[in-house]
Parts: sequence; C-alpha cells; structure tokens
Amino acid sequence: MVEPVPDTYITEENLPYEFCPGCSHGKVLGALSESLKQQELDPSEVVIVTDIGCVGLSDKYFITHAFHGLHGRAITYASGIKMQNPDLNVVVLIGDGGCGIGGHHLLNAARVNTDVTVLVFNNFNFGMTGGQQSVTTPLASITATSSIGSIDAPMDIAGTAKVNGGGFIARATAFDKDLPGMITKAMNHNGFSLIDIWELCTAYFVPKNDFGRKEMMDYMGTLNMSSGILQETDRPSFQTSYNHIQEQTKSQKPMSGLVLETKFSSELDKPLRIVLAGAAGQKVISAGNLLASAATLSGLWTSRRADFPITIQTGFSVAEIVISPEPVLYSGIVKPDIAALMAPEGKAKITRLMNAMEETDTIYYAKGLGDVDSKAKQLPLNFPDSTIKDVRKNIAVLTAGYLTRQLNMFPFEALKEAVRQIQKPKIAEINLGVLSHFE
Amino acid sequence: MVDGAAAIARGALDAGCNFYAGYPITPASGILAHMLRELPKVGGIGFQGEDEISSIGHCIGAASAGATVFTATSGPGLSLYSENIGLAIMMEIPLVIAISQRLGPSTGAATASAQGDIQFMRWCTSGGYPVIVLAPTNIPESYHLTKRAFKLAKRFRNPVFIATDKDTVMTTESVPVDEMINAPDWPEIPTEPVGKPLDPYQINGTIHHYTGSSHTEEGYITKDPDIIAQFNERLKNKIESHIDEISLVKADLQEGADTLIISYGVSARSMEAVVIQLRSQGEKVSALTVYSLWPIPEKKIQDCLRGIKRIIIPEMNHGQYRHEIERLVNRDIELIGVNRVDTILITPEEIMETYHG
Repeated sequence: MVEPVPDTYITEENLPYEFCPGCSHGKVLGALSESLKQQELDPSEVVIVTDIGCVGLSDKYFITHAFHGLHGRAITYASGIKMQNPDLNVVVLIGDGGCGIGGHHLLNAARVNTDVTVLVFNNFNFGMTGGQQSVTTPLASITATSSIGSIDAPMDIAGTAKVNGGGFIARATAFDKDLPGMITKAMNHNGFSLIDIWELCTAYFVPKNDFGRKEMMDYMGTLNMSSGILQETDRPSFQTSYNHIQEQTKSQKPMSGLVLETKFSSELDKPLRIVLAGAAGQKVISAGNLLASAATLSGLWTSRRADFPITIQTGFSVAEIVISPEPVLYSGIVKPDIAALMAPEGKAKITRLMNAMEETDTIYYAKGLGDVDSKAKQLPLNFPDSTIKDVRKNIAVLTAGYLTRQLNMFPFEALKEAVRQIQKPKIAEINLGVLSHFE
Repeated sequence: MVDGAAAIARGALDAGCNFYAGYPITPASGILAHMLRELPKVGGIGFQGEDEISSIGHCIGAASAGATVFTATSGPGLSLYSENIGLAIMMEIPLVIAISQRLGPSTGAATASAQGDIQFMRWCTSGGYPVIVLAPTNIPESYHLTKRAFKLAKRFRNPVFIATDKDTVMTTESVPVDEMINAPDWPEIPTEPVGKPLDPYQINGTIHHYTGSSHTEEGYITKDPDIIAQFNERLKNKIESHIDEISLVKADLQEGADTLIISYGVSARSMEAVVIQLRSQGEKVSALTVYSLWPIPEKKIQDCLRGIKRIIIPEMNHGQYRHEIERLVNRDIELIGVNRVDTILITPEEIMETYHG
C-alpha cells in the first residue's frame, strides 16, 4: 500500500491517448487505473506487460513498471517476471491478435496457473495493421482480409482459458460500469486470471460491419455467451506448488560428478577402442560404463559414447568406449580394435565399423552371431560353463568380465571395484555374483 | 567421470544462475533435466516451457525482474529462440544460451554432432547486432566457459552463447578433478557493466520501462533518428569495442612452422591429436583453438600468421568459419578446409591426409 494513493496511475503528460476517436482502449486503461487505485498499490509494485498492436501503445501511459515485448509472447514474459518476483502485481494487456498468435502461451499459462492477470482487448480485428481478420472475428464479417465475409469460426478466448484450468476467468465489455471492480477481483485471485473484454474498433470493424455497442451485445447473445465471472477456482497457483517443490528438495544434496580415485594400475600402452553391440534391455550402456570406470580406477583416460534409438526397450544398443594411457582427444570410433556382439540388432548396427576392422582387430561374438563379413579375427565369447543361466539376463556384464580377462586392459579387481562404486547395491550384488564365475 | 551436460549445468549453478526455462530437445535435454532438478534445491526456479518461444520468453521476463537466467537448446530450438534473442539484445538483457549442435538441416540427425550453427548463432536475429559465442572443446572447458559466459552476459548485458555439440554434451569422460576445480589461465572479465547496469523491477525501486521498440535510455518509445542512431551504435560498439577483452584462444605455435591448423569445439580435439602426432614425427606445425568464435578474435588470429603459408581448418560444416578467416589473411596464404557433415566426427587421420596434401 502506498500513501498518498495516486489519483490516477496514468501519466498525465502523455495524454491524450493516441488511440483513434471512439476506440474503447482508453476506457479499459482508465478502468485499470481505477482498479490500481482501489487496491492502493504503489506504482513500483505493478508491472504492466503489453503485447503488440494498438494495445501495445499502452505501456507508456502508466506510472508503473512496464515491459513491451514481442507479438503474442506477453504472457510468457509476465509469467517469468512473476516467477522471479512474486511480490510484484503483473498485468498483461493483449489484443485478440496476440491471443491468436500466442494462443499456445495463453492456454498453457492457464494450465500452469501462474499468478498473472491477463486483460484481453478484444475488438474482433487487427487495428494497427489495417483491420485484418483475427481469431475472434465473427463469421461473415467484412475485414481487409475477408472482403466478402470471414469463413472461420471465432475463437472463444475466455472459454479456452477456462477449459484449460485458469483460476479466474471472466468476460466483460469495455462499457461495463464495474470493470474496475472486476479487474481488482482478477488481480486479487491467487493464480492465473483473465478477463476477455469485448470492445469496439471504430477505425475498421465498426464502420465495415455496422457493429456498434448494441450489435456487440446482440452478438454475445446469439453466441449464448454471457458476461461476468465464468470460473473461479482455488487451484494452487504455480508459485504455491513450486514453493512446495523447493521445500521438499532443499535438503537434497546438490549434483556432483562421479569421483573415481586411482586404485589400480594398468600396462596398456596404446589406446583401445571397444564397441559393445547389443540390444535394448541387455544393459549394454551400463556395461560400457563399468569398463570405462574400471579403466579410470586404473589410472587410464576414458570416454564412453552411447548410441540407441529414440525409443527405449527396443532395437539396438551400442556403447563405444575408448581406453587410453594418454588423454582421449578423438572420442569417436571409426575402426574399433575390439567389437563384442551380443545381439543381432547391435550386430546389424555396427556393420560399417566391422567392415573397417583389420586383421589385427578382434570381433567377439555371442552364440549364433559369428560369421561376420570383416577382416578382423573372429572369436566366440566363451563364457565359463557355470554362467549358462546368467547369459540371457546378464550378457553385457558377462561380456565386460570376459573382455577384461582376455585383454590386458586393467586388473579384474578394477572391474569389480567399478561395480561396487557406480552401481546401486542390489544391482552390484547381482553383477558381482555374475563376475565371480571368472575367478 | 562426467558428461558435458552436467559440466555445463554445474557451471551455470556455480555462476549464480537462479532461473532456467527450456524445452526438451536432443542433444540438449540433459542440461534441462539437471537444471530442473537442481534449481529448486537452491531456491531457484526451473521451468519447462510449452515450447522454445515460451521458454526464452520466461527467461527474458525473469531477467527483467533480476534473475540470472540460462537456457539450452539445439539448432531447431534456436530457430524458435530467434526473435526473442533480438528482444534480449534490444532490452539489454543478460542471457546465456547453450546450443548443443546436431546435424541439420531441419530435424537432420538428432543424435549426431555438427558445427553447422556457427553462423546461425551470430546472425540468428533481425538487425545484425553482435552476440558473443564461446566454444568449449572438452568437458572442463564446458564448465569454465559456461561460468565465463555468465560474466560476459552480465558485463555486456547481451545474449552470450555456448556453442557445443552432441559429442561434448552427451559423452561421458574421465576428467582430472583439478581441471574441473582450477580455472584455466584466462584473463578475468571485469565485473563493472559496460553501459547501464541492469535495473530490475523492484518494489520501491526506480520505475523502469523495458521495450523492444527503439527507445530512449529511459525506456520510452522514440522515433527520433538521432536518439535511435546513438542507441543502436552503442549496442554495436559495446561489444565491438571490447573485442580484445572478449577474445579467447589457445595458440600453440611452433617456431619455423609454415602450416597453421585452426579449429574450435569438438573438432579442435582431432586437431590436437594430429599436432601431437606430427610433432612426434619431427614435423613443425602450429595450432590455434578459437574459444571466442564471435566477435571474431581477428587480432589473435592474425598474431599467429608469421611465416604461415597454409592454414587448415577442420570443422563439421561446409566451411563456415573458414570463410571468416579468409578475409583476415593475405591471399598468398592457402586455406584448406577439412569438412564433414555425415554424423561422423572429423578424424585425426583426415586432417593428417590434408596436411600431407
């Protein structure tokens, strides 16, 4: 509250309004000023966010803070302002044009229920650009872009905000005596509020369509639309709900990287590029992480890239791991030193890579996946006999164990340590059980 | 072990970011997930917008109310950010944007790296006014350059991009802890703002008008050509007269080398691998990693040209930065691009082949 309350929140020095004679915009701005006075708000407690169009001229008339942005996006700025500083009263002034181009923001702000107030200056056409049809132009109306009558069904702005859950939704006209009171109610609502204010564009829509105040009221009647409050809910505002999230999470630990200290050593003297190729659900990426982590625990440098389809639990899953005694500069793999095939999907996916492999490279394959068209040596993944029941469920970690045994990358103990350090206890227990078959 | 998404998010949080809004897109979604999970813990706000336009709109609105804001997307999302980036330039809003580049055009290959949006970032909005673009080549640099981007955005009250890519953001790598903790030996960015400091909406504060229209310093619309000219010149000059301060490169020059390799982002790593290999074979070769892609560090590039007869420029596009370098060097220097737009990272071998002609 401010003392003394300003007589008006309009800057006298910028008057008269530059709106066309008879335009309703001035009436609505007056009603807003009156409402701010009713609420006894300090001008610095209010931000007026204007859209583009004739209504976009309004920001300069107010002694409050103001933000004049892009066409259709006013609600997004207002919502950002309110989220950052909930103590501010944020009012959006937008036309029917802005509600068309920014319709997506309108209905989503209603859903999100950000505590902003949207005043729609709905005069059924684009005024500033010469009287073109807008989303609320009544059927069969004459405009600059509907010369023999518009053919598109008009959008119900208040109805749209209402069905999408906006907290306080009303319809009014610029001529309503209680418009200031209605604006005050909307602003006092804790959550999204919108008043769809019908008004007259005396430059274009009125003369072209003989659409005066009486015709406008008749039109409202023919659509079975009513003025007044259409919806008032006590659904929590975004701020209320988000405060709850902040409360619930503030004791959680902040994010941190996975720190792996060197505990083992390695005799690897050149980079090793390994590709694990399997299918979704085989935990291929997780096995890739184990190899990379085990290498890191052994003082090596590593990178791990993952490749999988956009959908999950289906199709190929490929992990590309580079393990090196020197920092890994090139993390891509165009020619693997080692490829391990665990499923037909992965085998098909890395055809190109296997074609590039040479005699000195090795492809390890699970049962039924051998006979690859490649110059590389091809060897079966000979898991210990005792692992038969684990192969179906745990082939990836078995492969990681097998490769660790076959290739002189790092100690087997490093792989087990990686399991202990990076996996959840339940999964670690299973995987350590699987790996024990190699001992 | 960490990926670039986590490094960038951590960098933003350590830089004091308290507001993030973004929309999911591969390969930038990791940053969104980290920020939305982390911000409420520290009393900040993370918001998933209904689209990219709304997301950047929320950021600009929140910044006008005093938030330190951040957002991330990929090329297709940058298309939708475009108009609002112009608004941020016009309103002088500090705004950090990470672009995790993927292969275009259009939807292209969502899960493949590219560097095809280098020019797009520079010229992404109407009017042609300057922006700052920083390009990390690895994970520690992703962290440190993100922090630096926030300093630059605050100082110049302007959008600052972090130009990265799928492979830097989504590959998990081993990184020495001290490289993450200790800032590289880069010159400090002064904290005092160039021009007016940000004047957020505050209760009992000065009344402030922000507008995307040509305006007076007080924020009121004007059509006065003198005022508009002065304002627009200032927008341009506040960046361009500080190029020396913004310029950041790593020059690895070798006495007697007549070939210079210039690269940036993920491709610079292949360059580095080649340089190590060539020198071990007794070849003399110089290399320049460009961290501040825009404004172009012209002087720093020209400083590397002594004795150079040939410049090789590996980049994952059709030569977008090569054309910029072309106008900075004498015509008797040969410029050769190593370019790839097929989802595969430029290999050290390809650069090597180009080197040996």
